[in-house]
Amino acid sequence: MRSGNQSQAAGSGGVKKKMNGYVGFSNYPNQEHRRSIKRGFNFTLMVVGESGLGKSTLINTLFESKVYPTKEEIATSSAAAAAAAAASGGPQAAKTVEITSVSAEINENNVKLRLSVVDTPGFGDSINNDSAWKPILENIESRFDAYLAQENRVNRSKIVDNRVNALLYFIKPTGHGLRAVDIEFMRNLHNKVNLIPVIARADTLTPQEVEQFKARVLADINFHGIQIFRPVSDQFDDPDTIADNKAIASKIPFAVIGSEKFVERADGTRVRGRQYPWGIIEVENEQHNDFVSLRQMLLRTHMEELRDATDVALYETYRTQKLLALGHVQDNGVFREFNPRQQLEEEEKVHAAKMQKLEAEMAAVFRQKVQEKEGKLKQSEEELHSRHQQMKTVLEKQRAELEEKKGRVGSVEHAPVSHQMGVQAEAVVPGSKDNKKKRGFF
Amino acid sequence: MSAPANDVQDYVGFDTITQQMERKFLKRGFNLNVILVGESGMGKSTLVNSIFASHLIDTQGRRAAQEVIRKTTEIAPVTQMLEENGVRVKLTIVDTPGFGDQCNNEGCWVPVIKYIKDQHAAYLERELKPNRERIIVDTRVHACLYFLNPGSRGLRPLDVEVLKRLTEVTNVIPVIAKSDSMTIEERTAFKRHIKEELAFHRIMLFPYASDDDADDDRVLNASIRELIPFAVVGSEEVIEVEGKLIRGRRHGWGVINIFDETHSDFVHLRNFMLRTHLSDLIEVTSQRHYEQFRTSQLRQIKELRAQQAAAAASGGAPPVPTQAQPQVPISVMQHQPMAQV
Repeated sequence: MRSGNQSQAAGSGGVKKKMNGYVGFSNYPNQEHRRSIKRGFNFTLMVVGESGLGKSTLINTLFESKVYPTKEEIATSSAAAAAAAAASGGPQAAKTVEITSVSAEINENNVKLRLSVVDTPGFGDSINNDSAWKPILENIESRFDAYLAQENRVNRSKIVDNRVNALLYFIKPTGHGLRAVDIEFMRNLHNKVNLIPVIARADTLTPQEVEQFKARVLADINFHGIQIFRPVSDQFDDPDTIADNKAIASKIPFAVIGSEKFVERADGTRVRGRQYPWGIIEVENEQHNDFVSLRQMLLRTHMEELRDATDVALYETYRTQKLLALGHVQDNGVFREFNPRQQLEEEEKVHAAKMQKLEAEMAAVFRQKVQEKEGKLKQSEEELHSRHQQMKTVLEKQRAELEEKKGRVGSVEHAPVSHQMGVQAEAVVPGSKDNKKKRGFF
Repeated sequence: MSAPANDVQDYVGFDTITQQMERKFLKRGFNLNVILVGESGMGKSTLVNSIFASHLIDTQGRRAAQEVIRKTTEIAPVTQMLEENGVRVKLTIVDTPGFGDQCNNEGCWVPVIKYIKDQHAAYLERELKPNRERIIVDTRVHACLYFLNPGSRGLRPLDVEVLKRLTEVTNVIPVIAKSDSMTIEERTAFKRHIKEELAFHRIMLFPYASDDDADDDRVLNASIRELIPFAVVGSEEVIEVEGKLIRGRRHGWGVINIFDETHSDFVHLRNFMLRTHLSDLIEVTSQRHYEQFRTSQLRQIKELRAQQAAAAASGGAPPVPTQAQPQVPISVMQHQPMAQV
């Protein structure tokens, strides 16, 4: 039937229909947008690198606020404490990697961002850095565990998301390649967190040196199979965005500097930068360093992608591995219909079977015990019998001896009585005594 | 004949000894041995090549991803003859690739200390021979350039451990080679921190204070100590700035001239090492570090001898030595009467 609608069969998706008028469901993204603004966002950023590479300064520069106090301020305020620590350290005590976290709620254009920055002081500063990465991995995994526990609760309306969304790894600008500590760290953490390598203190490298170093770092990363976060373009993006993304991706790893101080340029304007005797390097000048690209990617364009990748890819992989390791088996029938009567009957059957088994066991045990006892009694009976026989034979023997003696004594009695009488009488008397005794014995 | 004899005889002429020594030096030439200790990528090779204004050593850094990271510290000496205005020097630069590059750097300084001590031992052995050479070839390490990490708050634990051991066997000069990432204020603060920590750990650096220093020496040494550690920038590239050719680095925001005193301490380091304190370095190595080594070695040999004598007297097997074996073979010592020791 002809109608204003034109229809096309479209694969298995159903029939695509073209509309006549404006319905209005295209307003849905705006509603979603308003809701997420009301909810606010979480973002957790972790920074890792040796001391002195400018981590705190870069964070302060990125968020344009003093998230971390500068080290000079800490030093002067606790000089006494530092001296005491140094005195007790002796041959430098093994420094451990600490995990410290700073949170702030930042508001921009009515968008609320709950930002957490996790610092890792002490990483790579000891003589032996073999396990420097372990405390950091443990921290990231414990955040995953905390989220997993919250997900499994009965009441899940309020879940706090502390998972690390991005990790900025600071690379020393040696100009050669990645160092052993860097490779070790990245290899162990690249599949647990979005890894963003950053070349620190880039003002020590000339432009050619920066290019060469970036190439070497990427070569090292590819050689060791390390997955770093790369911005990918969606098919829905417009060509401008795609071009921007490509430009940003080509600069990875970003060679950055940070500065909280302002300097005055030749034309009198004040910008964030660093003042050297030979010139001024500006933080936000794209010719001087890649800070702008880093900020663009981290805050302006790819924040949602970082959060999404954390949730969908990294967290899910972790969760699967963890649950399998705990012995959970994928059970697809776990949500069968719940029928109480059937369950009761089943339980009864199980119970009855159990009782029967128990009974049979007990009977068997009883029989066994009875047998044992019988055997023992028989044995003791036999023993008694044999003893009885033994004693009997001994007594027979004694009896025979006695008869013999009796006979002898009897013949002695018939002899003439003489002065030997007394002696013989005495001899008899003991004999009768013996007889008496013997009779008494019987 | 009676010319003003007194005037002529007042001038004896022994002040020409300096010229005589100079001539001798010119003929003989001398040895200079420098060891470079620092992680890879600190700028060791570039700095040495800049100081001596020639490409002496190549960087040993890892450039390709397939290269394996070294598991131990290697010792790589490179010897060259340099000549300037008729003065010849046999320069040996000892690089230490692999130092501090692994995850676990425990003991990474052991090959370095061993090498320095071996040179002392070799010299001692040659000195003790009954028929020794007129001029013993001097391979002892005269100076150690220790490379610090720019930007760290102060000395790292590895630095403290290594510096304590290095300063016992050789003259140590700490430098920050890639100081172009530190502003002038940062450099001053860093130097102050380092000096505090060095004093705290009682680490003695060259130049050493000595009672018989002349006044101007003391002033000079004090000014050197102010600058330590030297914050330098090295470069082998020659670039053009406003028509002039200079050695430096070209950044997008400015050009660094390594010879400019406001840019870096490079000129001071070079003058210190080569123009003012070069003979001091050699002399102090010989008089202080070598003598310390020699005393301890001879003492060990003497004790070992005593033990062996005691064992021989009691008729038992030779005793197991209780302390480390002396590095100089005892056969060399046989001609030395014990009384001298």
